[in-house]
Amino acid sequence: MGKKLINNPDNVVREMIEGLIMAENDHLEKLNGYNVIIRKDAPVEKVALISGGGSGHEPAHAGYVGQGMLDAAVAGEVFTSPTPDAIFEAIKAVDSGNGILLITKNYTGDIMNFEMAAEMAETEGIVVDQVVVNDDVAVKDSLYTSGRRGVAGTVFVHKIAGAKAAQGANLKEVKRSAEKVIKNVRTKGVAINPCQLPAAEKTTFNLAEAEMEMGIGIHGEPGTEKTKLKKVDQIVDSLISDILADLDLKKDGKIALMINGMGGTPLMELYIANRRANQILKDKGLKIHKNYVGEYMTSLEMEGLSITILKLDSGLINLLEAESEISLLK
Amino acid sequence: MNNKTKELFLKTADVIIANKEYLTELDAAIGDGDHGINLARGFKKLKEKLENDNFESRNELLKLTAMTLISNVGGASGPLYGTAFLNISKVISDTELNLADLIEIAEEAIAGIQKRGKAEAGEKTMLDTIIPAAESLKKSRDNNSDLESALNNCLEAAEIGMKNTIEMQATKGRASYLGERSIGHQDPGATSSFLMISTFIENYLK
Repeated sequence: MGKKLINNPDNVVREMIEGLIMAENDHLEKLNGYNVIIRKDAPVEKVALISGGGSGHEPAHAGYVGQGMLDAAVAGEVFTSPTPDAIFEAIKAVDSGNGILLITKNYTGDIMNFEMAAEMAETEGIVVDQVVVNDDVAVKDSLYTSGRRGVAGTVFVHKIAGAKAAQGANLKEVKRSAEKVIKNVRTKGVAINPCQLPAAEKTTFNLAEAEMEMGIGIHGEPGTEKTKLKKVDQIVDSLISDILADLDLKKDGKIALMINGMGGTPLMELYIANRRANQILKDKGLKIHKNYVGEYMTSLEMEGLSITILKLDSGLINLLEAESEISLLK
Repeated sequence: MNNKTKELFLKTADVIIANKEYLTELDAAIGDGDHGINLARGFKKLKEKLENDNFESRNELLKLTAMTLISNVGGASGPLYGTAFLNISKVISDTELNLADLIEIAEEAIAGIQKRGKAEAGEKTMLDTIIPAAESLKKSRDNNSDLESALNNCLEAAEIGMKNTIEMQATKGRASYLGERSIGHQDPGATSSFLMISTFIENYLK
């Protein structure tokens, strides 16, 4: 059994949020009795954005609550969707009468629980709409799967839809910009070591000394292919080639590039990966307008990384560069 | 009657809690390894609530079960089992249940799960245990079987259904991301459904 710096596995989410609020109490607060983090100044007179999902992906999503991004984040148990009652409380807490946009990642559980909460809100006359992020190219979007997973690309949806809402756009317009990001963002990840749930006795999958798992998600679920460990440049080449195959990018096209650490990867390794990503994207004639390296959507202590590419146009660039108090995405 | 129903649900909670590691292990193979943890959390909460409450009717008990699972389990199994029990609460009566009642209960449970999960039989989900169990009850009705042999056959059909998920490729839920790699593993949802059905039936038959 792996070691963890925790007290009791049953309390990790609550204790984490309490600690987070203590650090961010200038602008965040926790809803009493629920693992819901909201802006201190909520409800703000604008369309409100709520995201959420299982915990274990920090800084997602609580780290993106603040001016210019989310109004609330609902934290489920580790890797487990939050429940409808908590989501409903979040909706009520941030509703200013201008409508709510729920941003979920494409997982069966998240979609069901957010749908149930939306139904509850509608019975109270709150206008709620929903977008589902599905940026992971490792999963085929077909009749035979639940569709592609939502992973690190979700952070760009928070930023761009958040900026749109902050400008005073209506719910329809905010939803449209969220959907534009979803249409133009793609991600793929790799792991060299799995993660372990605080309440479980084993890791979620096993890798031998010199193995890696391509196409992993962010919940320790096994990937699409287990192979011999390669050099990071080769791994980056492979990830980027799969991403670009699914994005219609022309020469001189502008992109945002995100190298995301999965929780247990040293920044040093992320920068080495970023170096290669920059080299090959530039070789392909693409313009990296914004480059993010760090931890944005983690998977507990998993060792690995994901690469996200967002295809940009001038509209998206303006929103991506809009002011926000979230320093992670400046 | 209500005390008996309450005991049955307490027993079910104990069985799920006792199988927490087993269900989690099954889920780790093809999902994200939290099925047992989530269900055990919900059923632990349910146990507390059942122990501290007396019920006027089965409807009330089923409703409490549904709401407790919906607001404590999370993931996909919370809404799925929650909606199933909520649907059952709408049709259950306080009289002795006969075969026709059990068929109605099974059909309501299936309708609830399908409404939320949009799944069909053969997709490697909890429905692959529950649908064969329901079909077996209907067959017993058509053959004019007595309740005891109907329940025995139902138990057998549920177990076969659960085991049949081993060879299936998942097309719903997180296991679907694995494609063909999901073949060869028993579905954790089908397993937890079997644990519930077998507890109900064994308790009834003893």
